[in-house]
Amino acid sequence: MARDPILKVRGLDVSFRTNDGPVHAVKGIDLDVFAGEAVAIVGESGSGKSQTTMALMGLLASNGEARGSALYRDQELLGLSERQLNKVRGKKITMIFQEPMTSLDPLYKIGRQLCEPLVHHGALSWRKSRARAIELLELVGIPDPKRRIDAYPHELSGGQRQRVMIAMALANDPDILIADEPTTALDVTIQQQILELLASLQKRLGMAIVFITHDLNIVRRFADRVYVMRLGEVVEHGEAGTLFADPRHDYTKMLLAAEPTGTKLPPAPDAPVLLEGRDVEVVFGTGGGGWFSGAPHQLRAVDGISIALRRGQTIGIVGESGSGKSTLGRALLRLLPGEGTIRFEGQDISKADRRHMLPFRRELQLVFQDPFGSLSPRMTVGQVITEGLLVHEPSLSTKARDARASEALKEVGLDPAMRNRYPHEFSGGQRQRIAIARAIILKPKIVVLDEPTSALDRSVQKQIVELLRDLQKEHDLSYLFISHDLSVVRAMADYVVVMKQGRIVEEGATEAIFEAPREAYTRALMAAAVNDTRFR
Amino acid sequence: MIGYVLRRLAGAIPTIFIIVTIAFFMIRLAPGGPFDLERPLDPLIMENINRAYNLDQPLWRQYLLYLGNLAQGDLGPSFTRRDFSVVDLFRTGLPVSIQLGSMALCIALVFGTLLGALAALRQNSWIDYVVVGTATLGITIPTFVIAPVLSLVFGVMMGWLPAGGWGGGQLRYLILPVATLALPQIAIIARLTRGATIEALRSNHVRTARAYGLPAYVVVGVHTLRAAILPVVSYLGPTAAALLTGSVVVETIFGIPGIGRYFVQGALGRDYTLVMGTVVVIAVFVVLFNLVVDILYALLDPRVRYD
Repeated sequence: MARDPILKVRGLDVSFRTNDGPVHAVKGIDLDVFAGEAVAIVGESGSGKSQTTMALMGLLASNGEARGSALYRDQELLGLSERQLNKVRGKKITMIFQEPMTSLDPLYKIGRQLCEPLVHHGALSWRKSRARAIELLELVGIPDPKRRIDAYPHELSGGQRQRVMIAMALANDPDILIADEPTTALDVTIQQQILELLASLQKRLGMAIVFITHDLNIVRRFADRVYVMRLGEVVEHGEAGTLFADPRHDYTKMLLAAEPTGTKLPPAPDAPVLLEGRDVEVVFGTGGGGWFSGAPHQLRAVDGISIALRRGQTIGIVGESGSGKSTLGRALLRLLPGEGTIRFEGQDISKADRRHMLPFRRELQLVFQDPFGSLSPRMTVGQVITEGLLVHEPSLSTKARDARASEALKEVGLDPAMRNRYPHEFSGGQRQRIAIARAIILKPKIVVLDEPTSALDRSVQKQIVELLRDLQKEHDLSYLFISHDLSVVRAMADYVVVMKQGRIVEEGATEAIFEAPREAYTRALMAAAVNDTRFR
Repeated sequence: MIGYVLRRLAGAIPTIFIIVTIAFFMIRLAPGGPFDLERPLDPLIMENINRAYNLDQPLWRQYLLYLGNLAQGDLGPSFTRRDFSVVDLFRTGLPVSIQLGSMALCIALVFGTLLGALAALRQNSWIDYVVVGTATLGITIPTFVIAPVLSLVFGVMMGWLPAGGWGGGQLRYLILPVATLALPQIAIIARLTRGATIEALRSNHVRTARAYGLPAYVVVGVHTLRAAILPVVSYLGPTAAALLTGSVVVETIFGIPGIGRYFVQGALGRDYTLVMGTVVVIAVFVVLFNLVVDILYALLDPRVRYD
């Protein structure tokens, strides 16, 4: 490209003063953005990709410091006074953030927030800016913008709030729009809509977009050029097509290979059904029913679902948040009160009380999404994983328990010597391994995995998926794998159940569902999580 | 909204009823009575007195009588201040306490929020350290220390202000007691505001405001302070009720004829009706101000809606 870049970053260095000495988040990177192109900065958490743009926008935390040079159309951005910087940011360079739920001020109507950049950059009066704000809302696809302009943020969904943020970003016809993980916090089908909106707006308005993301699918579909960051450095950059076809740096190769692959074969046809739910229903009261508040409101989170899990089988349960997939998983384990019949190895456990459930509990284990919140911070890892043994095998001696803990940790790929440490000393992936060790130490038959990989980086996800697969083979486990991440489900499950609003909309063998989805909802989910292999 | 207010007021009646009931029987559980003197009275006289004040009736009947009178706004005669009814005492004392308390409240609000916000905006500067340090001091020093020190310094040693007394409510007489009441509240409100402002400054929507190049006065004035004031508003409900119903310490030390003294004096003298009257007044104030706070909160935060 012969043109000059509109944003030219040279030797950008970002460091934070901390009590443990300075932390270098970004280490002298170079970056160019040309007019009208889509650039992606890719990297895992902690790679410094967000701090790079925060530095450009003057938004570093107060203990942060940026050095080097960042020229926007020959104007140096670093070290600019707040007043000078305010002439650029929000006008020429705008930004949307990862957290659509909290990025708008909850106390003001969205109309006012949309008008603020218009008014304060001196373009329009409050009255005229309102008309412009309505236009913008229309542009980003908010229905009925004349009415919605007077809505408060909490009256909008996450996707709509992100649309409002985009409208705000477009308000002053920017040259560059920085999108910092714009879809990470959104549901898959909404992600798709937001990405398409951004892509079409870019075409129409001709601005440059900088995507900051960990999601390679976004990069594949939308970026012209890619910067791959790791530990504060750009390890590789180039045209998106070339880079995906022929990655040079090991880290890029690793990122590309980190997409979970492989398939799960179905269990033998004569494998016995271990867990069976028939017409399972879970209803939550959501308020009302009081003296003054009218009839009770009810939410049918799980609405008459039948499902059968066989030995060695993995059923993937997919659907958007709020579709009832986690609730179903918990209801099948009798962790939530519900209607319908649940059988474990032929025995009806749907009416069993606490005491009668106890022997079944060890057979039915659960691994949660959040590896940070689900391990008690005040117990050592050894205590965490052996807690179940105290209940289910009380006769075990301390020494035997300790041996079991070592064995379980070894099985999940952790050093048994770590059992005397506390959970906070471990990374997200290691904690998820600990959570898995806690489940398998009891030698269960069924493990419900509730989004076990969602909070993890791609490369770590892949390792966890492989670990779960190995354990399944080793112990002939059955999994109920709950996830909104279709690429992981495809790699893990041999049978897929698609849920929407508490009901099953489609189910079948994994390949059949992925190759030929019948329902529009399933197709929407798939389209959203395209696993485009063009560049492989 | 009007429906909500009416519902809340209707809901307050059982609350106050329960408070009155508990207080009525608790004070009766305390040993002794209003007419026990060091030298016992002649049994015949005692009997007459008890009959005059209905104290000879069984306790449940006294309770019902009290409730009946209360419903008509009659808090009964004071047992220790002969010739005064409890309502008479409040009629003269309550305006005094309210005058003192409301002035202290206004001053505490203005200075507390200003200092707190200033400290937060200049976090870790000398201003911040001075505000936080002084506030900590203000919270830890009790009013029964502040009051005599102020009185001694400005009243006795400097002679600038009266060391005590009410003076019919002249401003000169108000300054020291109002300052005594306001100082700890300034300290608490400043700390609350500072914490909430710092949190608001770190919030994502303030980051958005900054990213969009909004001038500092908008970022702070519009997007930070409104959020920061919310916890202060919550704090105001019980505080306003407490300040407006008078303070024993301040009224005693400065010799002010408010109602704050009555609670303690009434309890010590087993002046059943006076204690009960104070309980009722405080309960009504607490209920009212919590309602006012809830309404204010809904006006400030659109996520809170009552219907």
